[in-house]
Amino acid sequence: MTPSSSLDTAGAAPHDEHHDHHPSYLVDGTTIKSWLLTVDHKRIGVMFLFFILLFFLVGGIFALLLRVELLTPGPTIMDAMTYNRTFTLHGLVMIFLFMIPAIPAVFGNFMLPLMLGAKDVAFPRLNLASFYIYLTGAVFMLWGMLNGGLDTGWTFYTPYSTHTTTTVAPVMFGAFIIGFSSIATGINFIVTCHTMRAPGITWFKMPLFVWAIYATSCIQVLATPVIGLLTVLVAVENLFSFGMFDPARGGDPVLFQHLFWFYSHPAVYIMVLPAFGVMSEVVSTYSRKNIFGYRAVAYSSLGIAFVGFFAWGHHMFVSGQSTFDAGVFGVLTMLVGVFTAIKVFNWVGTVYKGAVEFSTPFAYFCGFLFFTVFGGMTGIALGTVSLDVPWHDTYFVVAHFHFIMVGATIMAFLASLHYWFPKMFGKTYHEGWGLVSAALIILGFNATFIPQFLVGNNGMPRRYYDYPERFQALNVASTAGASLLAFGFLIIAFYLTYALVFGEASGKNPWRSKGYEWVSESPPPTHNFVGPQVTFPEEPHFYVDPKKAEVPDAV
Amino acid sequence: MSELLNNLLFLPESASTFAERVDLLHHFVVGTTMVMSAGVGLAALFMFFRYRRRIPDQATEYVVPTLKTEFLFVSVPLVFFLAWFGIGFRDFTWVTTPPKDAMDVYVMGKQWMWKFAYPEGPNGVNVLHVPANRPVRLLITSRDVLHSFYVPAFRIKMDALPGRYTQIWFEATKPGTYQVLCTEYCGLSHSKMLAEVVVLPQEEYDVWIKDQRRGRLQDRQDALADTSLVPPVARMVDQGQVLAGTQGCLKCHSVDGSAHIGPTFVGMYDRVEKLDDGQTIRVDEAYITQSMMDPGAHLVSGYQNVMPTYQGKLQGPETAAIVEYIKSLRTPNVREGASEGPAYDPIQ
Repeated sequence: MTPSSSLDTAGAAPHDEHHDHHPSYLVDGTTIKSWLLTVDHKRIGVMFLFFILLFFLVGGIFALLLRVELLTPGPTIMDAMTYNRTFTLHGLVMIFLFMIPAIPAVFGNFMLPLMLGAKDVAFPRLNLASFYIYLTGAVFMLWGMLNGGLDTGWTFYTPYSTHTTTTVAPVMFGAFIIGFSSIATGINFIVTCHTMRAPGITWFKMPLFVWAIYATSCIQVLATPVIGLLTVLVAVENLFSFGMFDPARGGDPVLFQHLFWFYSHPAVYIMVLPAFGVMSEVVSTYSRKNIFGYRAVAYSSLGIAFVGFFAWGHHMFVSGQSTFDAGVFGVLTMLVGVFTAIKVFNWVGTVYKGAVEFSTPFAYFCGFLFFTVFGGMTGIALGTVSLDVPWHDTYFVVAHFHFIMVGATIMAFLASLHYWFPKMFGKTYHEGWGLVSAALIILGFNATFIPQFLVGNNGMPRRYYDYPERFQALNVASTAGASLLAFGFLIIAFYLTYALVFGEASGKNPWRSKGYEWVSESPPPTHNFVGPQVTFPEEPHFYVDPKKAEVPDAV
Repeated sequence: MSELLNNLLFLPESASTFAERVDLLHHFVVGTTMVMSAGVGLAALFMFFRYRRRIPDQATEYVVPTLKTEFLFVSVPLVFFLAWFGIGFRDFTWVTTPPKDAMDVYVMGKQWMWKFAYPEGPNGVNVLHVPANRPVRLLITSRDVLHSFYVPAFRIKMDALPGRYTQIWFEATKPGTYQVLCTEYCGLSHSKMLAEVVVLPQEEYDVWIKDQRRGRLQDRQDALADTSLVPPVARMVDQGQVLAGTQGCLKCHSVDGSAHIGPTFVGMYDRVEKLDDGQTIRVDEAYITQSMMDPGAHLVSGYQNVMPTYQGKLQGPETAAIVEYIKSLRTPNVREGASEGPAYDPIQ
């Protein structure tokens, strides 16, 4: 019997006889060992999800502590040293343990083989290894944080990071190890895209989420070695007084910044490109439309990945690099903005002549558009070299990257969590609570960071434990926003946990989506597809009435 | 109008010529962004409503953009972004290129204070006095870790790096007192590393400088002391001359114009030198400092790499004093072109 690629049937399971013989991946082996030693990409994705949510909680608690401390100038709940450690740990946990692996390691892992009609990723064992490498790195980082912590900021700028007496080495070693996890996942996904596509899925029929993950993987493989090298150099300098970045010993502190941003600027796109990919899927599903300008969106992912490698110097306009360098990096930054603008226009264009259902993931799509437009435009403003001079290292920059890098990624993470919840667990959540918490989170996020844009405009530098009194009102506003945000996350934690245990069965395709990942059962059996090789005759998200198949309308 | 926008955007007082330029571009960028985003946002909201779903399995039309649409998507943002960049880069070049007649002040950051040194002599801690309506060039360095010198009211900022000089300039437009903040994380008391710029009208500034050079005798509590015994605060040039002797600079660098083991100090400043790798370099504060800290980095053609490094031997103010001394040794007829070779051939 040939498995059908038809996606129209919501909940109807035409292959019940298969279903009985092939239990879903969730119940195929119930011992702890069957989970810990699994090579199933779906189980690895779920294990990643568990730890990523755990670290998100840790990073979030750090963030709330920071916001409470900043309610008043001077000491509020902690001393200066604790504050400096807290913002460092907030940054490190959120970036290395949450945001970089968030979408690729969880949803990329889970969806990529499903979207390509494959039984697994190309190297299932490497995939499991990548999970354990990530955990090992996380253990090193957490150990360092519990045994003294470090106060360098997540940027580890030398020569401060090589002089401080706090525990820089174990934490940087942790980041070094996590880098290998990132590289392994990246290689795995690249090879999967090249070799595991089902018959009929040509490069330009790959879902846009796959394109985004592909571009992300390329960055991970090419840029991560640089941060690996750099963390080793700093750790060695810290432990053995190597002298690489210390001018007192003939080193160069600015060299550190170049190497650091050579990784960390592309790392921003490691975080945000998967988010772009998720949103391309979500907007197509909920407006029942093929993406407007498929190739433009696919190519712009590659464009961002490529140009993103050559824009790192815009973090260093006032660091003493030459005026000429500032010009070159400034222009290249503008190009990243143009690629992002192409995506934004195409997402909005997708809705044109569509059929919009305003459900929770779509609400996150709206929040995502807002944060991408304003986060992106403030990025362009910061790339406009002279404007960066007053803004550099102020709260304006903090608010900017929380909008584009964090805001867009969180929106996409939550959208995927809701959109793919039935796919991953076969259960439905409460739509009403979903919309309420989405509204709270989007509102709370704005209430947190719009005051930070303004306080940055007003001149408040980042990483300030104490601040002049004129900045207080806006800081209080920001803290109020953060509590709203925390409340929103709390609601999600409750209703999703409830849905996981008591939720109704969702059926195969509750959103009636024509994305490729919905071809398999929800939740899928261990080997994803049962029976002969499944085929994909139509392009993804093809919602045209088959009776009216005709020449496309061009706008 | 500009005042209103500044208040809406929470911008601090604008008190330098650069601040005026920055604010103008700021308004342009923010204004355009708001208008265009509102356009995109309203279009999106309209379509969410207009194209709402009517039946669960609704089929839709297959719509693709034409080449013209895609071209618009690319070209409209590109034109705006490049225009902003053009203006921004022009202003950035302006603020990083001090005018020739700018007054120099040496700034040194250390954990957690700012020190200021004037070529005329006085030093200051955490208070920088400058005259209004006169370009001031800041030559910034650090004694320990990275710092960044930020004056919100002037909209200027420049990092302070140990072992190097960076520069930025400003022209204050209004007398007053303006806050200086450190904007590069530098440890425990980073947020307490505050200073202020006191902008005085030119006449008051001249009086202040004179007072400083007299050593502020009137402030001394031990007024009984014989004032003639208190040496005036030395000018940086004088300090530099003493240092050049005690540090051994003059063993290799002459001050009479003749070439010796190293190039002469006379007319060295602002000279265009040919380097041994064939490139040329204009001798400025940054190059002189680099040559003291890392003498082999850019070797003037015809000289051997024999100079020891002064990294760790000279503190920031001392380096500055030597630089000032070299700058004072400019002859009226500054020679353009490379120095001549050394006076003797080193033994091979």
